Amino acid sequence: MEKVQLFVTCMGENLLPDVLEKMVLLLERLGVPCGFPENQTCCGQPFFNSGFQAEGRRMALGWMNAFADTEGYIVAPSGSCVEFVKHRYPRMFPEGSAEHERAVRLAGRVLEFSQYLVNVLKVTDVGAAFPHRVACHYPCHLTRGLGVRSEPLELLKAVRGLELVPFDESETCCGFGGIFSVVYPEVSKAMMEAKVRHVVESGVEAVVVSEPGCLVNIRGGLQKVNAKARAMHLIEILAEGGAA
Amino acid sequence: MTDQASRIDFRENSRNASPAVVKATQNSTRTALKKRADVVREFGEERWQELRRAGHEIRLHALTHLDRYLPMLEEKVTAAGGHVHWARDAEEARKIVLGLASQHGVRSIVKVKSMVSEEIDLNPALEAQGIRAYETDLGEFIVQLAGQRPSHITAPALHMTKEEIADLFREKLKIDARPIPEELTEQARQKLRPEFLNAQMGISGGNFLIAETGTLLIVTNEGNGRLSTSLPPVHVAVVGIEKVLPDWESAAVMLKLLARSVSGSKITAYNTFITGVRQGGPKEFHLVLLDNGRSRILADDVAREALMCIRCGACMNTCPVYNQVGGYAYGAVYQGPIGSMLTPLLLGTRIAGGLPFASTLCGACAELCPVMIPIPEILLHLRKRFVEGDLFEPPSVPTSLKALAGAGRFVLGSPALYRFGARLARALQTPLRRGDWLPSLPPPLNRWTSARPFPAFRGDFRHWWKNRPKTRPAKEASHE
Repeated sequence: MEKVQLFVTCMGENLLPDVLEKMVLLLERLGVPCGFPENQTCCGQPFFNSGFQAEGRRMALGWMNAFADTEGYIVAPSGSCVEFVKHRYPRMFPEGSAEHERAVRLAGRVLEFSQYLVNVLKVTDVGAAFPHRVACHYPCHLTRGLGVRSEPLELLKAVRGLELVPFDESETCCGFGGIFSVVYPEVSKAMMEAKVRHVVESGVEAVVVSEPGCLVNIRGGLQKVNAKARAMHLIEILAEGGAA
Repeated sequence: MTDQASRIDFRENSRNASPAVVKATQNSTRTALKKRADVVREFGEERWQELRRAGHEIRLHALTHLDRYLPMLEEKVTAAGGHVHWARDAEEARKIVLGLASQHGVRSIVKVKSMVSEEIDLNPALEAQGIRAYETDLGEFIVQLAGQRPSHITAPALHMTKEEIADLFREKLKIDARPIPEELTEQARQKLRPEFLNAQMGISGGNFLIAETGTLLIVTNEGNGRLSTSLPPVHVAVVGIEKVLPDWESAAVMLKLLARSVSGSKITAYNTFITGVRQGGPKEFHLVLLDNGRSRILADDVAREALMCIRCGACMNTCPVYNQVGGYAYGAVYQGPIGSMLTPLLLGTRIAGGLPFASTLCGACAELCPVMIPIPEILLHLRKRFVEGDLFEPPSVPTSLKALAGAGRFVLGSPALYRFGARLARALQTPLRRGDWLPSLPPPLNRWTSARPFPAFRGDFRHWWKNRPKTRPAKEASHE
């Protein structure tokens, strides 16, 4: 089996290390050897999307350096970071430049975790069991940016005992938006509260949020109102029960 | 709009958004979106995407060939007995309209809802000359009566409830009004009917201009557009230069896209085509072609696609930000995602540079836009303009913020400093930490924790990675 390179993302590494550990254990259990390019830091999206494009480009150069000499797919627990590398990197550098060529090559290698499992490994049943009512939030960059809609659902449907419950406005943004949540905190809060309200009203025990930024936002929102529903990354659900 | 000099403070405006306005906005946009989704489903998703692509091509072609289509339009309008005026900016446009009004001794005007009229602040200029201007679109009539501005580009009064409108009618029209939409509509009609007959001039905007025949196209749902442009002896249309289309085939595509995107109808109730002076219509037809910054936007090869907009309002209806703040928070004529692009493009980022940041870049708008404007891409382009400056404008952010970003990049961009920073964060958080959470953080991160706790910086993935049992050949591991 070809090795995959872990793209842990800066939010993942610093705020969600348990998700990363579960991702590694899950991949290895499926027979996939993992590599970890240790010089990776942040992909540069927070800078670029805040208007600091020159800083974003410098971050991108660093990220590309960290991954350039590796081989195999580059897999991340985030659709947003993957989309940034996949769609933005190639457009950051002039066509014909060495940087552009490198960006295009790397863009062809990055995949979000559920994409890798379903489309490359062709695995939907990882042997997990999670006998609970679960709602699925569709993170914007994963859903609209990368076009990943069916993959997380296929994986969830194969989880033993899991009952997928539809909930209102599941494709509406949770209000994270990176810099947005700090520039316009009141609006971000109102959007997050609407999302939390819809989760709570659906009566689920867990909501799947497979995006570090959105996960931190929605998890915090649920915590604030002491909701019984937990926000979980897809990886955390797939690591539950069964063969895990 | 062009005269605005003070900075638009979206944050302050959003804090002051009235909960009633927000609620009414959400109710209206939800209905509009549902109707839109139904009619698109009926049309067929694949066909719809084809139509959007056609719409995109047509608008982009027209915009990049204005040098061909605008002179063609002028020639055809003139040949059909109309007059064409060119207005460089809002002031010139107002002067042209006021000049025509004084030339014809106009005391009273009926108006068709027009965003360009709002953009050039036409009504106050008319009132200042003692000319009464009556808005004849029901929503615009209500907003005018209330002394407000439209909060949505296609549904000006969408922020008001029927109860508020009834109160307004009782107060301003001194009539016994009840919160029943049909009755209120009839009362507005009774009030306006004599004004259509009295008016010496009708003023409209225009949804499209068809170059090949010199035809102005106005769509309305109430028939007020047709009355206002037929009864008064003079019709003046003020239209942005970007509204031109090559031919009727293109117009047919745009009408299909527009009706479905605005209100979920297959066709708008009234599609009025006006070619110069026609028998039985106004004796004079004047077309004022407004630039007001548009040709400058056209020179910007990223932002120019914002000019493809056909003002359907779908981006606003679906925008989760717009739906939490209402139209007034944008502090300008155009609101929502289209406003966050057009306002800084028209007024400059020094005044409106905060608006491109009033988006989570969630992409819901671009998904619905009938002419496929890459809205998040243009917002990013304008954020860069605000922060770094470009060929069009110097940067507007303080150098201190730039230094901070540079320092941040230096730390995050260096693997060693990044790892050190992560360890430092774990150490520094200790006094603030409550279990798995950091309930409050110092400024500016208290902006985050005022809404929800921040997760504690936890564990150390790198440490775990290095120290995990290395005996993990895949096969064995899978049998654990």
